[in-house]
Amino acid sequence: MKVFVNGEVKQVPDGIGLGELLERLSMPDKRVAVELNREVIPKTRWAGTPLADEDKLEIIHFVGGG
Amino acid sequence: MTESSKTEKFLLAGKEFRSRLIIGTGKYRNHDEMKAAHLASGAEMVTVAVNRVPLDGKVESFLDHLDPSMQILPNTAGCYDTDHAVRTARLAREALQTDWIKLEVIGDEVTLLPDNEQTLEAAKILVSEGFKVLPYFSDDLIVARKLLDAGCPAVMPLAAPIGSGMGVQNPSNLRIMREQLPDAVIIVDAGVGVPSDAAVAMELGADAILMNTAIAESPDPSKMALGMKLAVQAGRMAYEAGRMPKRLYASASSPVEGAIK
Repeated sequence: MKVFVNGEVKQVPDGIGLGELLERLSMPDKRVAVELNREVIPKTRWAGTPLADEDKLEIIHFVGGG
Repeated sequence: MTESSKTEKFLLAGKEFRSRLIIGTGKYRNHDEMKAAHLASGAEMVTVAVNRVPLDGKVESFLDHLDPSMQILPNTAGCYDTDHAVRTARLAREALQTDWIKLEVIGDEVTLLPDNEQTLEAAKILVSEGFKVLPYFSDDLIVARKLLDAGCPAVMPLAAPIGSGMGVQNPSNLRIMREQLPDAVIIVDAGVGVPSDAAVAMELGADAILMNTAIAESPDPSKMALGMKLAVQAGRMAYEAGRMPKRLYASASSPVEGAIK
């Protein structure tokens, strides 16, 4: 199946969970946040959240700004 | 510090700050210059921006380059509507575990002037979700009132467009806002270029100033940061002390009577 991560198409195995996807992306678990189809998923729920075809994810961190 | 050199406490959203200067983390040439400038400024709170994580696996946390004692104030920069600003604020809260948000809803790419209408709309949503919303908006008394009525703990009118360094473009608006909203926390956000601009804003009664480019783009950010710190202090002291009245004509400082003839 395919999911969209920060606007990029990613081919992933069917049935992959959010936690597993974040591990594949080498995403740190601190000071980042994840939105799945416009809903923030708290870190405590990453592991148990299933993904579906065409899901849209936004993963953010922090950069310099004013 | 002597008693007369102390200024009144600066309380923001229930927290006491010693410094009335809040500074940004953008546009610095490198992390070391930024850290040195932050230290020199005496600021206790810095702003950061929310951004998509790069997916190349090389994630370095920018936050590691900030002094751990600094309070981090995430912003919603780059958001052009209520929806994006609200979503960005929710993500920032989740990542940093803070309810504080600098709300920006930009209305125009060239001027980066705020969309006051959507800023107010987003502020209402975020306040209802428990955020402490610090909104950047145009220097307009009526909008300020609405933002405060919506539950914002402070309002952050611009002095001039973001990154313009033009200084306080409409001192009358700021003065009116101060006089009409005596109990509000007013933080001038954006447009300060040099310490005299910061002093002017503080003399007009701003409670604090938020700035970024004026320090970051100076060839010597640390020295400029110290200049800003002193100007903010000087301006605040002048506001608390009270200025002399302006007169069109001279008023002699030396005795008029008793000069030799």
